[in-house]
Amino acid sequence: MDAILIQILNGLDKGAAYALIALGLTLAFGTLGIVNFAHGALFMLGAFCAVVFQKILTISVKVKDESVTLFDAYKEQPYLEIWLGDFGAAIVDWAVPLSIIFAIPVMILIGIAMERGLIKHFYKRTHAEQILVTFGLAIVIQEIIKHFFGANPIPTPAPDIVSGSAAVGAFFGLSDNLVYPWWRLIYIVFAGVVIFAVFAFLKFTTFGMVVRAGMADRETVGLLGINIQKRFTIVFAIAALVAGLAGVMYSPILPPDYYMGMEFLVLSFVVVVVGGMGSLGGAVLAGFLLGILQSFASMNEVKSIIPGIDQIIIYLVAIVVLLVRPRGLLGREGVFED
Amino acid sequence: MKKNDQTPHLDRRGFMKKTAAAGVVASSPMFFMKGAYAAKDFRNDPKDSKTVTLGFNVPQSGAYADEGADELRAYKLAVKHLNGEGDGGMMKTMKPSMLKGNGILGKKVVFSTGDTQTKSDAARASAKRMIEKDGALMISGGSSSGVAIAVQGLCQEMGTIFMAGLTHSNDTTGKDRRRYGFRHFFNTEMSGASLGPVLEKEFGKERSAYHLTADYTWGWSQEGSIKKYTEALGWETKAAVKTPLGAGDFSQYITPVLNSGADVLVLNHYGKDMVNSLTQAVQFGLRDKNINGKDFQIVVPLFSRLMAQGAGENIKGIFGSTNWNWALKDEGSQAFVKSFGAEYGNPPSQAAHTCYVQTLLYANACEMAGTFYPPEVIKALEGFKFDGMGNGATEYRAEDHQCFKDVLVVRGNQNPNSQFDLLEVVQEVPRAQVEYDSKEFGGELGPYEV
Amino acid sequence: MKNLFKSNAVIMLVFSAVVLSAPIWADPIGANYPDLLQKFAIFGLFAVGYNILFGLTGYLSFGHAAFLGVGSYAAVWSLKLLTMNVFLGIILATIISGLFALVIGFISLRRSGIYFSILTLAFAQMSYSLAYSVLTPITNGETGLQIAADDPRFLDRLFGITQEGVAIPSTHFFGFDIKSMDGYFGFYFAAVVLIIGFYIALKIFRSPFGLKLKAIKSNQTRMTYTGFNTRPYLLSAFVISGMYAGLAGSIMVAIDPLAGAERMQWTASGEVVLMTILGGVGTLIGPMLGAAIIKYAENIFSALNNTELTQMFNFAPETIQNALVFIVEPFVGKGWHLSLGAMFMLVVIFLPGGVMEGVERILRLFGIGKKKKVVEGDAK
Repeated sequence: MDAILIQILNGLDKGAAYALIALGLTLAFGTLGIVNFAHGALFMLGAFCAVVFQKILTISVKVKDESVTLFDAYKEQPYLEIWLGDFGAAIVDWAVPLSIIFAIPVMILIGIAMERGLIKHFYKRTHAEQILVTFGLAIVIQEIIKHFFGANPIPTPAPDIVSGSAAVGAFFGLSDNLVYPWWRLIYIVFAGVVIFAVFAFLKFTTFGMVVRAGMADRETVGLLGINIQKRFTIVFAIAALVAGLAGVMYSPILPPDYYMGMEFLVLSFVVVVVGGMGSLGGAVLAGFLLGILQSFASMNEVKSIIPGIDQIIIYLVAIVVLLVRPRGLLGREGVFED
Repeated sequence: MKKNDQTPHLDRRGFMKKTAAAGVVASSPMFFMKGAYAAKDFRNDPKDSKTVTLGFNVPQSGAYADEGADELRAYKLAVKHLNGEGDGGMMKTMKPSMLKGNGILGKKVVFSTGDTQTKSDAARASAKRMIEKDGALMISGGSSSGVAIAVQGLCQEMGTIFMAGLTHSNDTTGKDRRRYGFRHFFNTEMSGASLGPVLEKEFGKERSAYHLTADYTWGWSQEGSIKKYTEALGWETKAAVKTPLGAGDFSQYITPVLNSGADVLVLNHYGKDMVNSLTQAVQFGLRDKNINGKDFQIVVPLFSRLMAQGAGENIKGIFGSTNWNWALKDEGSQAFVKSFGAEYGNPPSQAAHTCYVQTLLYANACEMAGTFYPPEVIKALEGFKFDGMGNGATEYRAEDHQCFKDVLVVRGNQNPNSQFDLLEVVQEVPRAQVEYDSKEFGGELGPYEV
Repeated sequence: MKNLFKSNAVIMLVFSAVVLSAPIWADPIGANYPDLLQKFAIFGLFAVGYNILFGLTGYLSFGHAAFLGVGSYAAVWSLKLLTMNVFLGIILATIISGLFALVIGFISLRRSGIYFSILTLAFAQMSYSLAYSVLTPITNGETGLQIAADDPRFLDRLFGITQEGVAIPSTHFFGFDIKSMDGYFGFYFAAVVLIIGFYIALKIFRSPFGLKLKAIKSNQTRMTYTGFNTRPYLLSAFVISGMYAGLAGSIMVAIDPLAGAERMQWTASGEVVLMTILGGVGTLIGPMLGAAIIKYAENIFSALNNTELTQMFNFAPETIQNALVFIVEPFVGKGWHLSLGAMFMLVVIFLPGGVMEGVERILRLFGIGKKKKVVEGDAK
């Protein structure tokens, strides 16, 4: 029982990340008609917002390292700790959550710049061309990050107070062995809040109404005299922001490196397609569904029956879903079928 | 000419008959002879050239790019030292040595570089470019066993010596050993043999282990070796679970450990997998647990300081093994660290060390053979005994081209003095303890002449 | 003049001359060494085949590397179990990858658009993951499948053909050692296969079958309404392009007997898509150009380092030399991916029809070939 419960938690946690990434991707699909292969790079940039913010907080004075005698080595002592002492150290400790404040404007700016500078010229191009240009962009972004931060993962730990595990089992009167890291629980809640915010924005604001109308029928909305193009920029910025926030919060779970976006790219496409292209609800549903299935497929009991199932479960599910439900779980007819 | 000599029983007429009989199956006599060289004529012979080219094939993109960059730094330093520039580094401490600091056999050393991308195909392509286009006489480098074995196979066919970089699988000098391939780095068998006794001393005889293993050949090799030596101590292996390479999030594999009753987690992961699985295992509170009255422990059999940086605080107190560490106090290591540190401002990694040593060893073997002719150089390297290169008295075993030397058991430093001071050496396990029979893993070296 | 360029014979003659003279024209750009020339031919073949599916029907497959991988494994197994003559291996690999493509195509073609792309991607990723881990007994996993001295090679043994005194026997084509002529035989071998493959593609492009595929691309719905069943045509195109991929994989093995799982990864599938788009989708020559450009970047750009750059800009005064090195350095050596990414972006932004569109524009500038001549089909 414990094992099942904890795998559900694992699945929710994974699913939260998948859903957040897929949400932005499907938003760009549905409204702008853009196949954005740079979406993974946006996730990675979000994670590097945390890295950059941490680096800014730990801008250091170089002190000669006396413990190294063979050559001149320097160690770094952050100014914040020199000036503010323990309080400074505490700020550094909270770097990741604080970096959300830093990431929001940065990701929105990146989103706007990307849409204005590149994406808007590709609305009328073929999907193949969109894929090539955004893939090229993703490589360029990656290489720039690699140039400045190297290829190794960079540790971005969660604040000390939430670095341990919560006794989930004990809280619900179950086994003591049922523990789960605080940060992952926070991630699940965070993802819920962001998803809710995006839905609420689209549901309850005039802006959201127009965007939803645009998703349903872009031509008619254009004929009604609404300049949908202008709103596209904002939609794209929101997509970038959601991916970025997913990245920031994921950085304590997965120390960021320049290639992490590419690793999530294929997966997020699969999630979007399983959910149904351009369907926000579908992306969230598929994200959690695939996350949970992946967790269960990794259990020893399952693997002993079908070896290697954990490596292919996502793709297997994608194939089955697409064959049974041609447009994914919640997809509409006629979207991206040509 | 060689081919025809080798198949004297097949004259041309017989060949034609047999070919006819065989239909689409044809035979071996070659109309074009491969490597049609005279006795001491060989590929990329520098002859009268004033320079000799070495090919350094390291990962410059992908997950191991930083490790590759460090290897390249080491190669550049080695070339400098061979050409008599800089302070000479380990050339001064290496014994016996015939290196004079005037290049190799009086020819100045130059080099070309390639990107393995940590993919067999790409690594072979760049090695071929260096051999075919740049005229490289020796290929060295790499940061994974798959690449090392693929390039080693290629080098055997091309008749070019391959001095492996970082490769830890038993296969490299086991079942996939080649006459033209040499490995200075240690392997999973030695990791197991060196870690075993230390683990016994630290954690006792009554432990039960849970393995998480990267699901590919190196991971299996590592898991097998650790199981072999821990089970010999009396440890129980609760489970050994395969994880997909590059899984990223390992939570679904880590959570079952909690309820398994195991009290040691062995992470047979390397590079990014290791960083992620270790970080996450610590987040799940494994290290705070107490099972059957014993503190829960995590072991990472192959440690890399460069990679360990990514895991940050999480490596503190974790046991593992490593080929070499810059904190060693012997003369050779110190000379190397000094020279590397002065050049680049940071200490060398174990990958850098093995690559630097391999370059000097190759150069020295050429000097010993008095020629660049590969079969003679190979004979000079086979069974070569040396010292002063950081791992004590070392021998290149002739039977499988594996170096035998002391192995380091290390532990994540609890109180690091500097950002580089991540690992503390727990024990320098003497060479005798990690030696094994050369036939243990099978394999055939193949011929000297190709 | 017009008709001359349309004649298959002339096209084939010019094409063969260009391909076979590669060692001459590749020399000044530093690409004249067997391995890279072989790669040009092999990936050119792969891209030509891929173009039959993507260029003609518009179906964007993200899983073609799987067929290349299957072809490679089949060819190595043929070398291991049957004979070192590559002919049999190539035939077997092409057939097996064709069968594999038949199964995957049959399922994937039930959907269209991006759904089709994801289905092919899913199949390819599954093949890759399994080849890397669970199927290691067949694929030898990470290490890659290699031939060994003690392989059975039943057919060779049956006819008493041995290569004595060598650790590992060489691949050969009816007695011609593939590695002979310092590796150039391997190139000519691949080049001849490429020429044959190109000829078949040319025939397909200009056949009624090819026309039907183009019609599917321009408007599948209309085709269906006219009572025309598109599925068999699409499946044929899919299988043919899968066989091209398998053939390319087996040539790779014939020249260098090794097959690794990473050949099947989605990035490898992506690479052939990029080659095709970069060169010009739906054009005959474009995909090959794209393949050559990408392989050239991968092998030559990645090898440039600081010292070589300094030499390259030797002509300039020192300050300018340093400035040039400073500007160029991030784009070469370990930064070669950056040039690749930037190149993709620039080509798509300014030349939506790929490099071939650029060639066309230049030709038009000189008043040659007013509209599309050698260039078939429609890029968009």
